[in-house]
Amino acid sequence: MLRFILRRLVAVTPVAIGVSIVCFLLVHLAPGDPLSAVLPVDASPETIEAMRTAYGYDKPLVVQYGLWLWHVLQGDLGTSIASGRPVTSEVGRAVVNSLILACVATLIGFTFGMVFGFVAGYFRNSILDRLASAVSVFGVSVPHYWLAMVLVIVFSAQLGWLPSTGAGPDGSGNWRPDLEHLRYIILPALTMSVIPMGVIARTIRALVGDILAQDFVGALRAKGLSEFGVFKHVVKNAAPTALAIMGLQLGYLLGGSILIETVFAWPGTGFLLNAAIFQRDLPLLQGAILVLAMFFVALNLIVDVVQTALDPRIERG
Amino acid sequence: MIDSVTRWAGTPRTGPARLGRRLLAATLLSGLMAPAALAQGVLKIGMTASDIPLTTGQADNGGEGMRFTGYTIYDGLINWDLSSADKPSGLVPGLATSWTVDPADNTKWTFKLRDGVTFQDGSAFTADSVVWNLDKLLKSDAPQFDPRQAAQGRSRIPAVGTYRVIDPHTVEIVTKVPDATLPYQIAWIMMSSPAQWEKLGKSWDAFAKTPSGTGPWKLTLFAPRERAEMVPNKAYWDKARVPKLDKLVLVPLPEANARVAALRSGQVDWIEAPPPDAVVSLKAAGFGIVTNSYPHNWTWHLSRVEGSPWNDIRVRKAANLAIDRDGMKEMLNGLMIPAQGFMPPGSAWFGHPSFKLGYDPEAAKKLLAEAGYGPKKPLVTKVLIAPSGSGQMQPLPMNELIQQNLADIGIKVEFEVAEWNTLTNIWRSGAKSDMSQKATAINYSYFIQDPFTGFIRHLQCNLTTPAGTNWGYYCDPEMDKLFGEVRTTFDPAAQAKVLEKIHEKFVDEALFLMVAHDTNPRAMSPKVKGFIQAQNWFQDFSPITMAK
Repeated sequence: MLRFILRRLVAVTPVAIGVSIVCFLLVHLAPGDPLSAVLPVDASPETIEAMRTAYGYDKPLVVQYGLWLWHVLQGDLGTSIASGRPVTSEVGRAVVNSLILACVATLIGFTFGMVFGFVAGYFRNSILDRLASAVSVFGVSVPHYWLAMVLVIVFSAQLGWLPSTGAGPDGSGNWRPDLEHLRYIILPALTMSVIPMGVIARTIRALVGDILAQDFVGALRAKGLSEFGVFKHVVKNAAPTALAIMGLQLGYLLGGSILIETVFAWPGTGFLLNAAIFQRDLPLLQGAILVLAMFFVALNLIVDVVQTALDPRIERG
Repeated sequence: MIDSVTRWAGTPRTGPARLGRRLLAATLLSGLMAPAALAQGVLKIGMTASDIPLTTGQADNGGEGMRFTGYTIYDGLINWDLSSADKPSGLVPGLATSWTVDPADNTKWTFKLRDGVTFQDGSAFTADSVVWNLDKLLKSDAPQFDPRQAAQGRSRIPAVGTYRVIDPHTVEIVTKVPDATLPYQIAWIMMSSPAQWEKLGKSWDAFAKTPSGTGPWKLTLFAPRERAEMVPNKAYWDKARVPKLDKLVLVPLPEANARVAALRSGQVDWIEAPPPDAVVSLKAAGFGIVTNSYPHNWTWHLSRVEGSPWNDIRVRKAANLAIDRDGMKEMLNGLMIPAQGFMPPGSAWFGHPSFKLGYDPEAAKKLLAEAGYGPKKPLVTKVLIAPSGSGQMQPLPMNELIQQNLADIGIKVEFEVAEWNTLTNIWRSGAKSDMSQKATAINYSYFIQDPFTGFIRHLQCNLTTPAGTNWGYYCDPEMDKLFGEVRTTFDPAAQAKVLEKIHEKFVDEALFLMVAHDTNPRAMSPKVKGFIQAQNWFQDFSPITMAK
């Protein structure tokens, strides 16, 4: 197992370098002036040139990449052009906020996804299956930007039950899991949970249906094993694939959703990326995309390891 | 009440001293027992900015930045008069009580500073503070030089050459050439506290979190990208403008629908720039939509490069007569002022142009025919637009309406659509640049609050790229002569007359396609009282209270 982990770590290195190159190049290839965030529209040519030099944009692209990567390896993601604050602290704060949202969305999405999936898989072609499937199809099909707006209209504007924006009565800095703060998280978390809920429900439905149709399940029942015992076997067999899907979904959730976080003004990575895109804040864009990409890479690594731990056949394969 | 006690206590004792002491005690006691009538509420504003604008002095985020973290926390030597909704907003004394130009050398300006003003940290505001703040923007080897503030502020004061302290309450500024528009430039420059900067380890990042200016508001909470809170500066030098509210909260809400939702759910009491299609439902729900004219212009900036069809005045006038501005206003649910010139109607510089803008397609066709265009020889041209952008209002439907209107008279317009930041780069690069792709016009919106931003930068012969933003390469020696006159006319009333002449020439020669002015719309809760929307990009939050 240790050898497997080390092999995977070594394999991740070129992936990480490739990701860094793509992150760097993507934002630089986008049209527009990276200094538009700090310069008034009628800034003089001298001011523009001075700022270009101050931010290092007068250097060749390869030099800029080398300098940027060197700083990244030392934990310095640069300085946001728009805000003047270190990208590390901006992204760090946003990641924490997205994590909080993702955790709640994960709890909702995975719980309901598993429940609907198992119900649909166990009671295939019944009315329960159809209901559960309808909910999961709704989850993967509905545009979540639209759903966010509908939830805001109903629960915030019309009923006044829940706030429509923000992470707390005085911002996210003092976030704590009390009722006041949880009120702010309900709508965005619910909105974010529908896609993973739908995906997981449909995946587990298919998995459970396939596993229940296998001979060994019949054999277990014939041997007198209780339904709960059979259920445990089904869960064990479904786990590796289900975990892989959940890992991917968790990755998406942790990356934040630009649309949902912008609608709800939730100060996570999505909100940050949205602002960075419109402000052409290259250092912030590069830093945020790199962190999120690395998150994905790390998460996939963890999922691979957990899968192997659950099913040693994967390592031998 | 406090003032009267102080004054009374300061007078010599007379006969009934005991009565006086009793009166004093009664006054103080009644003050302590007074109900919390001073509690005038908390106003929460949803801004269009995606972050709290820079709080160190020279705010970023354009007009919205200066509105919320410029003229709130700080003052300039010269401020804008934001007290009236009914007349154009002009310049008034701020931290300077007067400014005069030397008649023998009209590059030399003397600013007399207001006595007894302190920064919010308690340090005194003096002439040294002024020089320190100008160095902050202009002197790159000064310890306090801040590139971020310089990027915002340096371009605003192109006339400033040298400056020095004459005495603790007098500063001299010498311009590079005689320039009577200096007061408009100086009004942009905010005075940050040198003492606070020193105390915070000479760090502008630290200063941003705990800024200190002389303005009516003090920043008490700064949560980047989420929230800023301000409380009244009770020691503000202009007693009439000490804010009445308990607190002002700023919330960045860049997404328009999120702003509307926040207002409707009561999370904020006021939002900037509500989308036009939300206006009807907001009004039906009891929210107020506050609008006013202000120095903004939404226009097609026309190219005067050789070969451009707009070089013919008949074509320019025809296009201006073809636009259904009232129809456009209806399309925008009333959130627009139809242009009657380049300046908004009622501007102090409007004058009396003879060319009347209106919707007259027949007259437009006639002019176009005289210019040699018609059904057999349509005028085909390309125009640069963006689908969104700061100050651009609703560019897609507005431009499409113009395209249709012009097609009706025989001008076929093809759009080259660029993202807003790209369009800004194209605007900076000029009509002759490859980036402009042979377009003969660019749709842009302008801050036109002072002579330079209103006229000079668009039209002066030597302000084409890279020196300036005369995108269309317009050049008329007569207009340049008028600009020279503006710069050398130091009497404000006489200067206004010259600006009227400039505007009359602008309109009579139909230099741009003059379409619309934004109305600076805001939607607010009926609890917001006392707000006076000045005809200005900036606003005064001091008189506002919140009803219970």
